Amino acid sequence: MSDPVIIVENISKAYRLGQIGSGTLTNDIKVWWAKARGKPNPLLKIGQEELDGETLWALREVSFSVEQGMVLGIIGRNGAGKSTLLKILSRVTAPTTGQIKVKGRIASLLEVGTGFHPELTGRENIYLNGAILGMKRVEVDRKFDEILDFSEVEQFIDTPVKRYSSGMYVRLAFAVAAHLEPEILVVDEVLAVGDAEFQKKCLGKMSDVAGEGRTVLFVSHNMSSILRLTQESIILEKGHLVMRAPSTGAVDYYLSGGNAEAGERIWDTDEVPADAAPFRPIALRILDKAGKIVDTIRSTEAFIIEMEYVLAAPLTGLRIGIYISTARGEYVLTSFDTDDQKRFEKHGSRPAGRYVSGCVLPPDFLNGGRFTLGVNASSYRVRRYFMDEKALTFNVDTSGAPGMQWAEPRPGVLRPRLEWKIEPK
Amino acid sequence: MAKTALAKSDRFQKGSGKWDMVISPQRNLFDLRLGELGHARDLIILFVRRDFVSKYKQTILGPLWYLIQPLLTTITFTVIFGNIAKLPTGGLPQFLFYMSGTVIWTYFANCLSATSETFVSNTSLFGKVYFPRLAVPVSILISNLIAFIIQFGFFLAFMGYFALQGTQLHPNWWVLLTPVLLLMMAGLGLGFGIIVSSVTTKYRDLRFLVQFGVQLVMYVTPVIYSVSSIPPKYQKLIQYNPMSSILETFRFSYLGGGGTVNLGQLAYSFGFMVVVIIIGVVMFNRVEATFMDTV
Repeated sequence: MSDPVIIVENISKAYRLGQIGSGTLTNDIKVWWAKARGKPNPLLKIGQEELDGETLWALREVSFSVEQGMVLGIIGRNGAGKSTLLKILSRVTAPTTGQIKVKGRIASLLEVGTGFHPELTGRENIYLNGAILGMKRVEVDRKFDEILDFSEVEQFIDTPVKRYSSGMYVRLAFAVAAHLEPEILVVDEVLAVGDAEFQKKCLGKMSDVAGEGRTVLFVSHNMSSILRLTQESIILEKGHLVMRAPSTGAVDYYLSGGNAEAGERIWDTDEVPADAAPFRPIALRILDKAGKIVDTIRSTEAFIIEMEYVLAAPLTGLRIGIYISTARGEYVLTSFDTDDQKRFEKHGSRPAGRYVSGCVLPPDFLNGGRFTLGVNASSYRVRRYFMDEKALTFNVDTSGAPGMQWAEPRPGVLRPRLEWKIEPK
Repeated sequence: MAKTALAKSDRFQKGSGKWDMVISPQRNLFDLRLGELGHARDLIILFVRRDFVSKYKQTILGPLWYLIQPLLTTITFTVIFGNIAKLPTGGLPQFLFYMSGTVIWTYFANCLSATSETFVSNTSLFGKVYFPRLAVPVSILISNLIAFIIQFGFFLAFMGYFALQGTQLHPNWWVLLTPVLLLMMAGLGLGFGIIVSSVTTKYRDLRFLVQFGVQLVMYVTPVIYSVSSIPPKYQKLIQYNPMSSILETFRFSYLGGGGTVNLGQLAYSFGFMVVVIIIGVVMFNRVEATFMDTV
């Protein structure tokens, strides 16, 4: 086996959730000054507890190495840590712990057309983008004709790119990227853009690159391109590296759902309508009382419904709602996370960040059968950001429920344990 | 999994172990990677080109704006401070006095305000690709230098015109200090700018402070007056401003008046610049590593 060119050693990355500091210098100084005098935080409302930002571990102790000339796939669901890993490899952000050793020049392609300036012509942007991606001017000079040829926008090369159609823009951007010649190339899912024919051409170019003995790290949701381009893949799950295997095996494992498919609905970025922004759903889950994701709950036990989401910008008046309905479509209940007046005041406006809204449903509540769980994110009378009424289905099992001594189906959607009194009158 | 990777790395380090790059959580305080900046020369040049080309696209007057801005400011100053407030100019033509101040001050002010936006206005770019981040502020210094040269040439043309009209001007050998003065202004602008840009990743307050602060600082810098023309008790105070000696020297060397050359003051300003740059670059490097997580 040839020598490794990348060694990733125990990389972890923590993000602090919620707001960092209080946002302005004057407020931070106020808080600091109050603390120094032993007084309570002046910015907290009375009765509010101190909110220390929670820590989210986007990556946890990830270690692997990549040998020269290998094309390694990186697979994982949203939020598994793929993008974080790529960002660390591209040096966009630093890891919290651990280190990565790299041999050779590394170029990353997390997006096509990074740094394109709309006012500049195609020609000027080729040079600018090339330089941003790490190419020297002479390199771009040498490959200019090839790039132009690949991009198919030859006749518009001296037109400002703001006049380009989006397809032309992407083709030009990818043409530059495809002609990078680093020893190591880190590629995020950039192929999702462009038309089918162009995608094919890009994939072809990428396998050429791989064939030249260059090391490539490739992230994709598209399993067929993973299979086509990579020999080996690693699978990330919730920040942990759970598997490294030849790609066929890794893809099988991923498609069979790993261990988290049931009882959980995960939204991929491309499944979220664009008009949902700044709200972005991540996942909706059903957990048993031990915190395990389940698709079947026992009617006699409490269970948890959890919605995980990201706010790209602060939102005022946001409420996250759940609907439970029967398999036939009748609503059982609707509930919002800020139904409670106090909670509404506290979370009336939420800063940008990643959140989980969750609630516990009581035991002895639903009758047996199949139910549908829906989710809604809206600001009352302002806007509905996102809604999915059939996000997830789950089963309720009635063993041990009241009245199970009679093996007859019981009509009704609820199965409460009522305190009956039987008295002689 | 983890074990095999570690074992491999050990073997590797003992073997041919030379790594081109190690990515780790915190860098040494003074590991500034200035060498990388040298490799980014092409990038810096292209950034300068981009700024230059894109600035006046879709404007009718185009690069003429480089001349119109200082001209209008000078006329305004001449009318308000010269004719209405009647501030003394040490016997120099008011127009030349204010124009020299404006052109020089504009360079510093533009460097400072543009570099102070480095992180905030390049978030999307910095979030997608790594290149030495200092390339951005350095390119800003250079594009502003080009604007300065154009405007300074314009000033020299006016000087020539006034000389032909018979005005007594006394340019002297101190003009040889011009590159040093430019370096000092660029250094001060860069140093303060990147300090502000580092702090604004967490606290946005400073942006607003810089926006009008730069305008206010102009009044405690001898731009519209010379140090010798103000009451002695304020002179000392004004001289603490590292920009003061630069403006005074500039004006004296080209116009032969409206300022003085004091090498001690210049040395003070130079030292000030060096300190600000060091603090700035260290802070910038600190913030650079993780600013994407907080912005």
